[in-house]
Amino acid sequence: MRKVLLMGNPNVGKSVVFSRLTGVNVISSNYPGTTVEFSKGYMRIGNEKVEVIDVPGTYSLEPTSKAEQIAVKILQDSIASQNGIVVNIVDGTNLERNLNLTLQLLKRNIPVIVDLNFWDETKHLGVSINVGELEKILNVSVVPTCAVSGEGIKELVDRLLEAKAMTYDYPEEEKWHEIGKIIERVQKVRHRHHTFLERLADASIRPLTGIPIALGVVYIAFKLIRFIGEGLIGYVFEPIFEKLWAPLMMNLSSILGSGGFIHDILIGKLFAGKIEFFESFGILTTGLFVPFAAVLPYVFAFYLVLSFFEDSGYLPRLGVLADKMMHQVGLHGLGIISMLLGLGCNVPGALATRVMETERERFISATLMAIAVPCIAQIAMIVGLVGKYGAKALMLVFGTLFLVWIVIGLLMNRLLKGESPEIFVEIPPYRIPYFGALAKKLWMRVKGFLKEAIPFMLLGVFIVNILYSLGIIDFLSKLAGPVIKNILGLPSGAVASLLVGFLRKDVAIGMLVPLGLTLKQLVIASVVLAMYFPCAATFAVLVKELGVRDMAKSAVIMIFSAILVGGLLNLIL
Amino acid sequence: MTIDLTRMRQGERGKVVDIQGGWGLLRKMETLGIKQGTEIVKVSSQLMRGPITIRVGNTQVAIGFGMARRIMVEHKK
Repeated sequence: MRKVLLMGNPNVGKSVVFSRLTGVNVISSNYPGTTVEFSKGYMRIGNEKVEVIDVPGTYSLEPTSKAEQIAVKILQDSIASQNGIVVNIVDGTNLERNLNLTLQLLKRNIPVIVDLNFWDETKHLGVSINVGELEKILNVSVVPTCAVSGEGIKELVDRLLEAKAMTYDYPEEEKWHEIGKIIERVQKVRHRHHTFLERLADASIRPLTGIPIALGVVYIAFKLIRFIGEGLIGYVFEPIFEKLWAPLMMNLSSILGSGGFIHDILIGKLFAGKIEFFESFGILTTGLFVPFAAVLPYVFAFYLVLSFFEDSGYLPRLGVLADKMMHQVGLHGLGIISMLLGLGCNVPGALATRVMETERERFISATLMAIAVPCIAQIAMIVGLVGKYGAKALMLVFGTLFLVWIVIGLLMNRLLKGESPEIFVEIPPYRIPYFGALAKKLWMRVKGFLKEAIPFMLLGVFIVNILYSLGIIDFLSKLAGPVIKNILGLPSGAVASLLVGFLRKDVAIGMLVPLGLTLKQLVIASVVLAMYFPCAATFAVLVKELGVRDMAKSAVIMIFSAILVGGLLNLIL
Repeated sequence: MTIDLTRMRQGERGKVVDIQGGWGLLRKMETLGIKQGTEIVKVSSQLMRGPITIRVGNTQVAIGFGMARRIMVEHKK
């Protein structure tokens, strides 16, 4: 099958074009390096089915990061098998810089067609490009598009087969001179006044105005997530479970005889003859309540807010403002993006470390995230559980984790060999998020959560029930109980929760409810559960990204620091 | 007058005349369109030797302080 490779600089809209061509939805955002893994999809050209590959963005064909290595590898494979076409997606508002990659691609003897994207924005910016002239010079087809709105995509598809291998000859050392000559012939720039968004862009990156803006943004984001999350729980999901689902389950319970093995697995324990959705621990009660009524509302709220900021272009600016702070823990400012993604789910957070240039940064970033950045599912459960004791109690949990993040980061930065490179990044213009794209992305992420998390949660609840009824948890509790009791000050029953934490952290935190812990114990258990080991899904990705050796090192740090911090909290609180 | 990027003031314009570094640095700068002859505007610098942000064409680029010190600019008052 023939392959169509979508290639171009970072943040030129490759993933949007990909979604348009194949109907396959992939995450796209307004910052360089959103795509770190290639996605595949299919489309038809006439009667022929072809494979379309969304290649990670690259500035040149000499890779400087893991994501760029992936890009170059895909290109080379395609050249070798001689069945590829490159759609070179070019940011029309930055033609000069983008042509560098175009000329490099034209040297590789592979059919190329140029997609001049952000065509609408070039007009707003007063840039006019003579497409016919550009086609004549490069000797390949050039199609202007605006991928977000879909304009020009049809023409791109119709003309895809015009792609041809051309050699555009010029001496390498004259490259920029050559590009300069092209620009002079095809591009005219009109002077124009700064727009409001541009003035806002400048203000948000100057420290005097930028720092207050950043604090405001973080505060509003936080408030918004809480407001939406709590609102959905209090007004939608809890009433549905309490008023509609509970009576149904009570009927089922009496049909099952209000007890017995099957009853315990499906419904769980009854408290004073009633179902307690947090505590009963049946598959149909707690097993459904936790993902839908406790976690999903926060997943929705978090990704709504994150997606908005991703698409607006604010995140890299936050990275620049936080650069100095991030250097203290051995990362540069953009490291904050993988941490923010990790707050949603550690898996994409770990994958995002691929845009980093050095092994050292990837190790520090992945380890810090796995230890001290709880995912939104975990956070939702902690908020549900500890939040009852007020904001101070929550501050204790999240404040401790933040402190751990800083201390372990400082230590790793000191102790690990090597230095971390400085920030060097393109800051995209602000763009007003496009509603359709935002809704689609939010839906993808929520669907992803439902698809990945719910089977695991149900499985977790099921396994817990089986282990309990086989007496295995009692046995392990006796075995590990003394350590957990003496060092962490937790009842031996917490062992079960720590076991399930290897699978899903949210379920593990839910398992603390029936233990009747004191506030101090709840805080310690929440912190230790967040730190001691990543969940199964994150673990699998980390092994792949870091390799077995580094993952083992990272795991030692996790386990050791979890026991140390838990023990300290037990002494101090 | 030729000065390095960190010494320019916010809002000042200039033209890159030299990048003092090896092939690696030059190439890295080039990928984001910063090379001899590029016209730039300094947008901001972060506190305590934090990164410098400049405008190049229609994009902005943030550059670590250490790297910014090696970019020599002929600046216009």
